[in-house]
Amino acid sequence: MIRWLLWLLAGLLLGGVVHLATILLLPRTATRDAYARIEPLAPVNSFTLLPAPQSDKAPLPFMDPAFATAVCRYNLSDGWLKLTAPVSQAYTSVTFYTRAGVAYYSINDRSAGHRIVELDLMTPEQHAELPTDENITAADRLIVESPTLSGLIVVRALIPEPGLQSMANAAVSAAQCKVQS
Amino acid sequence: MRLLLGALVALAVAAAIGLGSTWFALTRNVAFGAMTIGSWTAYPESGGTEIDPYARAAIARSGVLPMGLGDGVAFIARTDDAHRPLDGRCDVVVSGTTPQARFFTLTIYDREGHLIPNALRRHGFTSQELLRKADGQFAVTVAPRARPGNWLPTGGIERYVLVMRFYDTPVGVATRAEREAPMPTIITNRKACS
Repeated sequence: MIRWLLWLLAGLLLGGVVHLATILLLPRTATRDAYARIEPLAPVNSFTLLPAPQSDKAPLPFMDPAFATAVCRYNLSDGWLKLTAPVSQAYTSVTFYTRAGVAYYSINDRSAGHRIVELDLMTPEQHAELPTDENITAADRLIVESPTLSGLIVVRALIPEPGLQSMANAAVSAAQCKVQS
Repeated sequence: MRLLLGALVALAVAAAIGLGSTWFALTRNVAFGAMTIGSWTAYPESGGTEIDPYARAAIARSGVLPMGLGDGVAFIARTDDAHRPLDGRCDVVVSGTTPQARFFTLTIYDREGHLIPNALRRHGFTSQELLRKADGQFAVTVAPRARPGNWLPTGGIERYVLVMRFYDTPVGVATRAEREAPMPTIITNRKACS
């Protein structure tokens, strides 16, 4: 009897290990994560306007239908990226996601403080290799470090009322992400 | 023989417990750092690099892109204030005040995060579209059939969820108390179920 209880206990402990291992490994093996869903819609290193979510078809689950969304699927292996995103009349935000969908940086039009959001996106290695130029002070230039080589930049603009859909679409479509070498 | 049998039992238990608990955690939205106010729950930490492994696994599985902390915060409600699941065959009134934010949106989804089909193509309201009372408060009626005022159609679907997103808001990881983030009440009118 004791022997069986010990086997049961061993099974429980091993079950805990299996649980932790599957939770930690799942993000690496997921085939239907946000990046995989966007991959066929968006070419690399340029912005694509995502179709507005409909009841029968949406690029991603739980998208806010009151927003126009453009996405840049980036890859930094050829050099760092320059992002420019003009802000719309209502509300605009830019969010950076890793390959696994973790939001590692986000900024909105108010915190950007300009009519246009300008950011440089690079890996920590590329940041370290930047020539230290006296003329470029840190205040003029906002540098964001990407934890992964590839990921997503998502620009969203609010559609405050249905008539302003085209305004919001135009604002997010004007965003650009260009490789600088 | 007994050793082999014992080991097999232990492995079977391990697989059942391990995979079962993983499945349970992912389908029941287990995550740390939940902020619950009334019927509404938000996971502000999921919008940054402090995201916990459970939320990380859940977003990878579902394909959701979480709202970034610098963007705002999203609250989800699956039940009304009486802890009953939201039922699309009943009249449900969402009313009251909202936390401070530049804009907010209220959206209805099915449990998988799809929008619900309806002839009006109305899936939610923005803070600018809502009709308000003189004191600035609002009431949205989530119901299968047309209602006066702010009507959000359910299409008669049995189960749905409501999501309120607050953009450019002080509500976030540091928010602790309800008075910092007053959320609207969700009340089901059981007499008006079709």
